[in-house]
Order: sequence, then structure tokens, then C-alpha cells
Amino acid sequence: MTGATAFLAGPAGDKLRRWHRFTLAERIGRSGFYLLALMALVWSLQTIEIIPEFLYDAPKQTADLFVRMWPIDWPWYPKVVHEALIETLHTATLGTIVAVLLASLTALLAARNITHSVTLNLIGRFILVATRSVHAMVWALFFVAVFGPGALAGTLAIAVHSIGFTGKLLSEAIEEARPGPIEALTAAGASPLAILLKGYWPQVKPAFLGIAVFRWDINVRESAVLGLVGGGGLGMALDTALSNLYWDQVGLVLCVIFAVVIVTEIAVTWARGKII
Amino acid sequence: MDAKASFKPVAADGIDRSLVIRHLRKEYRSGLAVLKDVSLTIEGRGMTAIIGPSGTGKSTLVRCINRLVDPTAGEMLFMGQDLAKLRGRALRTARRRIGMVFQEYNLVERLSVIENVLCGRLGYLPVWRAWLRKFPPADIDRAFRLLDAVGLGEFANIRADQLSGGQRQRVGIARALMQDPDLVLADEPTSSLDPKTSVEIMELIARRAGERDIPVIVNIHNVDLARRFADRIVGMSKGEVVFDGPPRALEDSHLMAIYGGEGWLE
Amino acid sequence: MSDIPAPVPRRLAFPPNWPMRIGLLVLLLYVVYASTILDITWTRFVAGVSHGGRFLARMFPPDFSPDKLVLLEAGMIESLQIAVLATIFGVALSLPLGLAAARNLSPAPLAWTARTLIALCRSLHPVIVAILFVKAVGFGALAGVLALIVASMGFLSKLIGEAVEEMSMKQMEAVRATGAPFLSVVVMGVMPQVMPRFIGFSAYQLDSNLRNSALVGLVGGGGIGATLFTAFQRFDYDFVLTIVLAIIAIVMVGEIVSGWMRRLFQ
Repeated sequence: MTGATAFLAGPAGDKLRRWHRFTLAERIGRSGFYLLALMALVWSLQTIEIIPEFLYDAPKQTADLFVRMWPIDWPWYPKVVHEALIETLHTATLGTIVAVLLASLTALLAARNITHSVTLNLIGRFILVATRSVHAMVWALFFVAVFGPGALAGTLAIAVHSIGFTGKLLSEAIEEARPGPIEALTAAGASPLAILLKGYWPQVKPAFLGIAVFRWDINVRESAVLGLVGGGGLGMALDTALSNLYWDQVGLVLCVIFAVVIVTEIAVTWARGKII
Repeated sequence: MDAKASFKPVAADGIDRSLVIRHLRKEYRSGLAVLKDVSLTIEGRGMTAIIGPSGTGKSTLVRCINRLVDPTAGEMLFMGQDLAKLRGRALRTARRRIGMVFQEYNLVERLSVIENVLCGRLGYLPVWRAWLRKFPPADIDRAFRLLDAVGLGEFANIRADQLSGGQRQRVGIARALMQDPDLVLADEPTSSLDPKTSVEIMELIARRAGERDIPVIVNIHNVDLARRFADRIVGMSKGEVVFDGPPRALEDSHLMAIYGGEGWLE
Repeated sequence: MSDIPAPVPRRLAFPPNWPMRIGLLVLLLYVVYASTILDITWTRFVAGVSHGGRFLARMFPPDFSPDKLVLLEAGMIESLQIAVLATIFGVALSLPLGLAAARNLSPAPLAWTARTLIALCRSLHPVIVAILFVKAVGFGALAGVLALIVASMGFLSKLIGEAVEEMSMKQMEAVRATGAPFLSVVVMGVMPQVMPRFIGFSAYQLDSNLRNSALVGLVGGGGIGATLFTAFQRFDYDFVLTIVLAIIAIVMVGEIVSGWMRRLFQ
């Protein structure tokens, strides 16, 4: 401290002023939250079932995993995996197309500026929430039970699960549409279908395409694992390899999935650049 | 400002806070020098204003001093150290004694006013104190007094993004003074402010630095403000010093040499 | 002189949109083609739908018998624990990883290492990660927790890295100029800028982990997913419905809790 303090000896005198970052209520709220989080952590750590023998074994098992994966069984690719890969890509794409179709209808139902009935809005919203909360793999379990194992079950699982996500974003895009052009068309006496096609569609088209492409990217990842519960595609090959304990084949499938994910990500980035 | 006549280069407390800049050069892209061989000696008290057209390297010069910009070559001697050679902890220790006031205030918008002022103490405190906001009571008390001194005593717990430009700059000044600096740098402190507020801000900087008897280096566009508040004016053009002298020595011919042309003088 | 205007060719208010029509045609052809490849036929679909009727009949009413509720409770509690642990550890690990991945904050080699790690975490589906962890640490909740930590890290660190890259560098620079050590700059100059978004993402991640904790169980990662998978294998479809309803309920509760958490920290 140099001469600085001298001029600062103001009227506040020798009594130091205090400062707290939060008000008392905020501090109580935050401390309460931290306490709760800490309790949840301790409770979870104490009661969660961890088998120590397995844990001690983990480094050995992990090393074993990689040793068994190497060398990767490349010759298996043309025999089984290639076909599974094609199936996965078709499952994802077809599932996305069906989902977008169903989601558009649901989104129209849920959008308050299109459907002027609170009951129908709520039904639309419920469909969106319900399809989204149940995971694609759980949907796949359902459809496998109904349609038997195979790509049909996988496609439907992808389609139904994607309705929620796609429909939610779509209905938001529709609700954000500017009312100007729509009012102009209504004033000109256009039919409801014409209003939809010429008033709303041009406005939501970029969002629509963007959402569809984004969802397709997610669906490629999802459909790669659906086969584990019988949904066809790469997951089926993975399941076979896992149950036979052929880790070199598991390694191959993982490599293929990894490659597909990277390629789709690149493709999607490119496509989004084109749309926007 | 009648003290100018009997100007002494060393502050009353006998500490030499002069800054000696020798052959300072800065190239952002190699071969293209923004600062070409600048040599300056700035006495350990009073306000030095650097004037010159935009893009002439004023800002770069000031930022080189506290090393927000790394100079390409040259030395800057300050309180027994070459600022140009410092690294890591030594650089931080030097920085905490150099307060800086920015053109766009650069307050952390989502922090409260007092937290922004307390930022000035970060160089002196361990990280955990900053994280938990456990600042020493003496620092907190000083921050309040500084806020009183810049006229914002009532605003301590307001978020910085709620303030007007002039108020923000006052907080910026309080933050710089909170560092307990031996040198204050001000990079275009009034360029984003209206004329009346600009004068108030310059007065504030001059008064607060004068009370502490520490040197101020201020970059400024406004020649009138420079004449009014500075004890010394340095004119720069194209990366070089083209004028150096007291305000009364600055004439239109110098301004033409600094800024070029003459039509704007009317 | 006649007032009758010359006949003009009829103009369409909306000319046919050929690219659009061709696009739709291609899409339709693709749907037919892909359906053949995937062996999706109408007969299979119809057969399935009638089968689905019986399936639904077996699901209703959902099974709320006491012995099943005990199973449900055990599975749900384990899933909840998995989600809590994965979120807490995921958030704690994502913050440093996200900061390391921000190119405006960390040196290039570190940033690229972090970005590669994040890309790796993101590209592997949680189910696949769970499979690998089941092999490494055995069946049970631990594998599920680890898999979801990896998933959380992939999601949160990427968003944090992006948020840091979008922040105002000026605010950070001002804190750096006070001589603050690097971590204090992060705490006072960076965190206030990205914290609101980070809290939003973390709250979302809690939701997401609740949903995904049902998923990792399907491949041996413990929790309600394991219960669900067993129920399916035993054709206990009425219990399946109970479990699914419970999952939907807990996901909705999770959304309420995370909304509450977001408000608390705004």
C-alpha cells in the first residue's frame, strides 16, 4: 500500500463495510441445493451396487478387451457387416421420412395458430411428449414383440421415437411463422390447404429441412444399436459377435459405426450449409 | 495545473515510477511494423497523452506496456525491470501494479459493480478466494470507498450491464485504482462517451492519479481533452513519435504533421 | 375502336414448382426401394398390426401387484442413482474439459486433444459405451454410471467449449490485465459469461441421463432398463406397461426439477 490509503479514509471511518454476493434468500436456496446434491451423491454412492471383485479386475479386463479385439476381423466385413451397414442406413433414412411425415401432422395438431382447439392441441402435445420420453430402443423392444425381429421393427422404432423431437421443433417453427402473409391469403379467400402450402410452408421450409437433416444424423447413430434388441442392422451383427465373444468382430463393427458416424456428421454439416 | 512550472520527475514519496521505452517495435505480421522503433521516457508522475490518427499504433504501444500485446523487439524499463522480458508469475506481478482503463470499459457484464472493482485485487489473491468471493474485508471496504470516490457508492450490487457508458467507465477506473497501481494506462477512455461525460472521466482520472502521485499514460483522440488535462503530449504518426512536448508547445503545424492535411483544423 | 383487351395467356398465381415435384417423386421412389431392401411388405405390416392388437390386450391393465412393485421400486431407485451419479460426475468433468477445448483459452495442442476426446465421447452411442464398460467392470450399475458419464461429457463439454469460444474476449482481457493468475481469470472473467448456459445444459443433462439410465440397463448396465428387459423376455407385457409408465412419469418429474434448478441459478 502506497499513499493510496490516505485519501480513502472517508466518512465510513474505521468500521469496515461488508459485502455478500447473494441475498440471504439466494444463499439459503443455493446452500439448500448444494446440500441436496451432496446428499443425493452420498446416498447414491453408498447404496449403489458395486461388486469390488469386478472393480479390481477392471484394468485386466479392459486390457483383455483390447487384446482380444486386435487384430480386427476385416474379412467379416464383406460377409455380414456390409449388408448390415446398408440396412442400418436405410432404417435410419426410411425411419426419418416416416417420422417427418407423422411429425408434421402432429405438429399441425399441436400448433396453436393452426388448430384452434385446446383439446386437439393438448392431444398433439401429449403425443409429442410420450413418443419422446420412451427411448428408441424401448420402442424397438415393442415393435420386435409385435412384428418380429428385423428392420421393420427398427424402422418403426426410429420413426415413432423421432415424432416427439421432430414434431416439437416443427410446431415451434410453425408457431413462430409471421402472421402477415397468412392474413393476406385469408383475406384473398384462399382455401385452408392453400394457406398451409403458400402461407406457412415457405416460412417453415428452412427450419423443416434443417430439423429433418439433424434428426437423420441422430437416427443413424440410434439405428446402429437397435439391432441389439432385434431391430436389424449393425446392432444385430454386434449382438451376434458379442454373444459369440468374438471380440475381433466386435472391434470391426465398432470401427464401422465410428466411421459411419463421422461420415454422416460431415454430410450433415455440408447439407446444413446448403440449406441455411 | 500550475504545478507544471515546477515539475519534478519523481513523486513525493520518493519512489521512481518512470518508464523508459527503448527501440520498441511491434509487427503483427512479419515485415509490417505497426510500431517502428519507438523510444520514450515517461516521468514518474503526471499525465502523458498520446495523440495521433487511428491505426497509428497508439493502442498497440499502450498494450505493449502491460503486455496484452507482446512486442517484437525493444525494452521497457519500469521500476527496475524490463517489462518486455517478463514471463509467467513475474509478468503477473508486474501487471498487478499497472492499472488499465479500456475504451469499451471491458467490465465483466454479468458480475456486480463491486465484484468488478474487486477484480482489481485478483493479482494479489489466491484463486480460491476469487472463486468463493471471499475477499479480505479490508479489500471489500476499500472497494466501497473507491466506488464512493467515483460517485457510484449506491450501485455496488447492481449488475455491470445495467450501467450507462459513463458509469461503466467510472467502475473501470475504480477497478484500475483497486490494483493499487504504480502506473495507470488508459486506452481511449473517452472515445465511447459523450463530450460532457468525457470531460468528467478525464477529470476523474487526472484527480485520482494526482492524489496518488502516479503517472498516467492515456491514448486519446480528442486533442482538446489532451491539451486540457495532460502535462505532456506525445504525437504519433505511422508508428513513430513525431511530437513530444508540453501542451502549450503543440501548434497547428504539429497537428498537421501528426494527422496530415489541414482542412479539419477549422 | 374496341375496348376488349387482347387475350393474354392465362397466368398462374403459383407456377408449378418442378424441383419440388421431382424431389417428392425421388423421395417416393426411395421409400419403395428401401422398403424392398428392408423386406418391409404390406402383408407383414398387416399381420403385425393384428398381432399388435393381441399384444396391447396383454398389456392392459398394467400390473401393479405388490411383488412387481417391489421390482419396479428397486429398478427405479437404481436408475435414479445412476442418473444422479452420472450427472454430478459428468458435470464436474465436463467443465475443465470444455474449457480445455476452447481454442481462445487453451493452447492449441491441449485444445485439439480435448476436442478429439470430446468427439470420441460423442460419436459412441451410450449403449455401445455401456457394452464396453460391462466388459470392463462387469454387469451392474457401475457400468451404466460410467457409460452415462462419458455421454454427459461428450454433450456438455462440446457446448461449454462453444460457449467459451463465443464469449467476449474484452471482458476476459481486462481481468487478465489486472495481473490475475490464469485460474482467477477463468473464475472471474470467463465463468460469469458462460455459467448461465452451463447451468441450463446441466439441467438438461439430468433429464437426459434419467431417460438414458433406462437404456443402459438393456445391455447390462443396471437400473430400470434391466428390469424392463427381463420383463420383455418373460413376456410380462402388463408389467412392461407399468415400467414404461413409471419411466414417463419420472422423466416428467425430472423436467420439473431441472426447470426449478435453472430458475434457482439464473
